[in-house]
Amino acid sequence: MLPSDLKAEQFRGYPEQARKLILEHLDGLKRLPLSFLPSLLREVIVYDWKFPAERKQIDKELANISSLSAQKLTDWFRGFAQIRLSPKLENLNWVSAPGDFVEQLAAHLWTTHQVDAFRAAALAYADRLQAIAPPERPPISRLGIAVIGQGVMDNTYPLFRKLRPHGVYFTRVQPDNGLKLLMEQVSGRAKKHSEPYGHWYIDGAKALDHDPALTCVSYQSLEAVRVNLLAKMEAEIQSRGMGPEALRTILAQIRPEDLSMSADGDPVLNRFQLSLLTEGSGTQLFSTTFVQWAAREALRRAQPLTLLVRFAPRQRQKPMNELISGISQRVEVDVLGSLIDADMGSYYNWLNQQRLPGPEQSSFLVWFEDHNEALLIAPSLPRGTQSASSITMRQLLERIG
Amino acid sequence: MRLFAATTGSSSQEIMQKVAWERRDFLRTTGGVGLGSALVGLTPFLRAVSAPKIKKIVVVTFGGGARDQETFAPEGQENIPNLIKELIPQSTFFTQVVNRGILGHYVATASLATGVYESVNNFASVPPEHPTIFEYFRRELKRPASDAWVVAPSNGFNRIGESSHRSYGPGLGAGVILPKHLLASAISGPNTDYQHLLRDNYETPFHTPKLAGNEFQMRQLEGILKLSVSDFTAHARTLSSPDELSIYIARQLMRQLAPSMLWVTLHDIDIAHAGAFSLYVEGIRRTDRLCLELWKEIQSQPEYAGKTAMFILPDFGRDADMDSGGNGFQHHRTGDALSRTTWMMVMAPGIREGVIVDRAIQSTDLVPTLGSLLGISPSFAQGKPIPEVL
Repeated sequence: MLPSDLKAEQFRGYPEQARKLILEHLDGLKRLPLSFLPSLLREVIVYDWKFPAERKQIDKELANISSLSAQKLTDWFRGFAQIRLSPKLENLNWVSAPGDFVEQLAAHLWTTHQVDAFRAAALAYADRLQAIAPPERPPISRLGIAVIGQGVMDNTYPLFRKLRPHGVYFTRVQPDNGLKLLMEQVSGRAKKHSEPYGHWYIDGAKALDHDPALTCVSYQSLEAVRVNLLAKMEAEIQSRGMGPEALRTILAQIRPEDLSMSADGDPVLNRFQLSLLTEGSGTQLFSTTFVQWAAREALRRAQPLTLLVRFAPRQRQKPMNELISGISQRVEVDVLGSLIDADMGSYYNWLNQQRLPGPEQSSFLVWFEDHNEALLIAPSLPRGTQSASSITMRQLLERIG
Repeated sequence: MRLFAATTGSSSQEIMQKVAWERRDFLRTTGGVGLGSALVGLTPFLRAVSAPKIKKIVVVTFGGGARDQETFAPEGQENIPNLIKELIPQSTFFTQVVNRGILGHYVATASLATGVYESVNNFASVPPEHPTIFEYFRRELKRPASDAWVVAPSNGFNRIGESSHRSYGPGLGAGVILPKHLLASAISGPNTDYQHLLRDNYETPFHTPKLAGNEFQMRQLEGILKLSVSDFTAHARTLSSPDELSIYIARQLMRQLAPSMLWVTLHDIDIAHAGAFSLYVEGIRRTDRLCLELWKEIQSQPEYAGKTAMFILPDFGRDADMDSGGNGFQHHRTGDALSRTTWMMVMAPGIREGVIVDRAIQSTDLVPTLGSLLGISPSFAQGKPIPEVL
């Protein structure tokens, strides 16, 4: 089936708001190339569980598509129209299961050596869309905070090397009440500039007491979900004919209730947390990976004004000789390895924050928990400098402005 | 953005060239490598006149590329002290090896071994579609099966030794040893903790294809490698990683059979897919050490010393930090220029040492180059021989 054959009744299975949106723009969607449309439908089909920032983007994109003349539409989607698809792809049920289609499209693009052409078409489209519907600037400057190195006593690993060129490296931070002050800072912003999913706190262990105005995700709160998911993955792998693509498809179809996630919770946040575990690689196993990926996805999708991330020690990867000897079944933690993971993770947090609107006004603080090292990037501060002056956490926060 | 969010002001080719220049500049900053004059004085065909004949080939590939910032860039050089200080000064180094094929480890390694960008399913137990270098080598030079071996990381590679090509195929390829499979067979008992070692397809950590094809049989452990099961498992218990086991097996093969064609694929680096940066860097450091150990083994064995060419190359790169479509070091999914651009070093008797070659070559050029060195014609390969090696 091709997009031009689309009919309204084919979207009966879509959630309410998604269906309504589709029907408003059905005429526009029917004009799109098949190499493009399922990617858009994959987003729209979960519109009911999208964050406000994502909904705005989808609304704008659909409005633009509907507004394009035939000639302009041809121009906008020329690159996608030149992608050669197979009859097998055309025959897939891409309306009801657009994610399956996209999964198979990716394999088709690699196999037929069209991935570069698709990538070029996608980049050109993204640039064009951004030019005509630029993202809104944030109402206040963004603030990202990363707390790394929980549990580390002594460290010789040089921290913040990738971030140092962009801010001030403080080597004599007084750590007293550090976490408490950071939490107060983000809570204060959340109360003063209230916005749905605008202020986040992500923890790699058990969440600290926090203001309910913060959207909170923690690794420990999802432990039962992770255990259920791992058991389900193990069971699926034992099935005959189960390959990676099929496994990914199954994971993508899992709903929060399939893993006993609380039905009382926020459905949008539940879906988000589930996606961290089903779409992330390594998030089921390592808390450092979970935290980095959760921050990345929160920034990409919810575009928060404030994000506090606290990394925690992940489980230790046992070397081969220990595994085959079976000398210890205990789960141990790797605090130094986790510090290194988190150091890189905090760099990625900053990069992802800078991809959002208003990067020139945003600030970022990373602190080695309970230690004297921190790095602060802020519009008012010089880059690539170091300060050996004693400074309290409160003073550090005041430097953000 | 759901498709590819990152944009770039440069074309892929420009970025690839930039990567190559940066690698060259990084290497110029390292001690003990007199690269400047070597660049100017490069005469590609000089070696053919004076060099001793290459009798044996050892190829080491990395399943899971390592990026420049964790290797050749100034901040990464601490992770590869052996490549920088010991091996690069002895090698001709190619800064720009471009992989235009599918960026999955099995299919990319198959492409390296056939000289054709293969399109086989990366996650299935299927042979390459085009003849492998092992098949060309054995058929044209009438070599026995014991003269070509592959040591590969996982079950997914068990068909790499010979193709499904109708003119070649079964019986003409290399023997394939999967050390971890061997280990799993050798170990018995209630402990199943090690089973996860077999699931080393880090791109999808829970998937392991079923074995099929000409994999090494348990009974050959003693017959060919001259290892008892107890000695093998006892030694394995002293090793920290699957790649260490692979190098152990490679050494054993060299000592017992001295194959003329030995291909070793390392895979520890690909733990990067689990997202733990420290484990990825550990994998790089281990690979760096193992490459030197293998080169030293070559120099210490009379069957190999002075007549062996060793090629070291990752199968491809990893995603750039700046490409928002990916997640930095963790994957190689964007198809961006960094994930497609890697490097290669060649050490051989008579090779021009300390030479850096900036021009772009392709992954598929490896097989025609090996063919030229060995005096065989890989007629189905798409690449071209690399003159700087010949």
